[in-house]
Amino acid sequence: MDKKIKVLIAKPGLDGHDRGAKVVSRALRDAGMEVIYTGIRQTPEQIVATAIQEDVDSIGLSCLSGAHNKLFPKVVNLLREKGAGEILVFGGGIIPAEDIPALKAAGIAEIFLPGATTEETIAFIKNNV
Amino acid sequence: MNDLVAGLLAGKVRSLAKAITIVENDRPGKREILKEIYPKTGKAFLLGITGPPGAGKSTLTDKVIAGLRKQGKTVGVIAVDPSSPFSGGAILGDRIRMQQHALDEGVFIRSMATRSHLGGLAKNTVDVIHLLDASGKDVVIIETVGVGQDEVDIVRIAQTTVVVMVPGLGDSVQVAKAGVMEIADVFAVNKADREGADKLFTELRAMLDMVKGDFKPEIYRTVAVNDIGIEELVAGIFAHGERVARSGLFAEKKAQKAENELRAYLFDGIMQRSTALPVYADVVNRVAAKELTPMDGVEELFAGLGMTGGENKDVAEN
Repeated sequence: MDKKIKVLIAKPGLDGHDRGAKVVSRALRDAGMEVIYTGIRQTPEQIVATAIQEDVDSIGLSCLSGAHNKLFPKVVNLLREKGAGEILVFGGGIIPAEDIPALKAAGIAEIFLPGATTEETIAFIKNNV
Repeated sequence: MNDLVAGLLAGKVRSLAKAITIVENDRPGKREILKEIYPKTGKAFLLGITGPPGAGKSTLTDKVIAGLRKQGKTVGVIAVDPSSPFSGGAILGDRIRMQQHALDEGVFIRSMATRSHLGGLAKNTVDVIHLLDASGKDVVIIETVGVGQDEVDIVRIAQTTVVVMVPGLGDSVQVAKAGVMEIADVFAVNKADREGADKLFTELRAMLDMVKGDFKPEIYRTVAVNDIGIEELVAGIFAHGERVARSGLFAEKKAQKAENELRAYLFDGIMQRSTALPVYADVVNRVAAKELTPMDGVEELFAGLGMTGGENKDVAEN
């Protein structure tokens, strides 16, 4: 059976820089995945509601505003509250290396920093969903 | 009863979403789910929204959802976007325009990729409509992919089809062409604040002057992004829906739809079973080697399925 991987790429918070999110969306598309992109300035609640309605396998969060320590764990916690904790959450953006351990402990499976290749992201999703 | 079915009938979002995934992907359990919900379908009002890429279908859908919510109606939305013919992937971006409804429990939005299905919809769209219908949504909106001239499957499914037009896409000959222009029950001339909108309106009206009977489509001017003309459009959609419901056309269309669904599965079933035959590869090779015509090849496959005594249609008719 042809299993399509479905991914939600979302931008929580207030920054409007979505070039990175769009590049990742496009790369995942070209890797054969179905990508839902919901645009900038989404609340964690909107992201989680969308992920559940769309029944995605994975959520990619992009944040360049510095609010990742607050927003990324909130998405994971809301997913768990709604019984959707099995959805694989990864993140990317301008994120200081010292923040990564706490984000991973909070349930974000992987963080991709500037310089990460789209191939790495694709391989990560394929290996983990 | 299947847990997912029980959940979706009780209005659980997660169950509905999971059931849709099974149905959309033809996964095990699909048949059982459909069997349980099928008798409960047929209540929702099915609204099609179609038109060329960039006409504003998603934005218009967003505003129509808001209009329906104001009337207290619950809404399901299926937003179809194209799959890549090369990678099979897709970017599903319709709901970016509809995120104001993300937290509204009376709205359920689902994106579907066409997965190379032709006709403007995804292959299992009809079954997903059934699930939304059975879950109790009052209205199910089906937003097609951006269509060109010939993707008209939506008209066989929706009670009312809105064709969204925008100024600047062509002259009066485009308006007179067959296909998409013929399937509108309601026209929305969107981006009506732009140059050329009056001309488009006039050309559409001139074309519709030649339509006879009770079902001459109405034309509405909208500027969806600024919420202009939406109330009138929603009223027009329901006025059409009621006209259809009152006429005998509705019953006729329902029977036709049932037959279409049956045929789609018949086609699929025959394809699957034929291509799974051990002799299939050999038949393909012999057709490629010109030892067998494609028509005779089909007869061999049908014989393999135990469908004997059949003749090619044209032979039988002679």
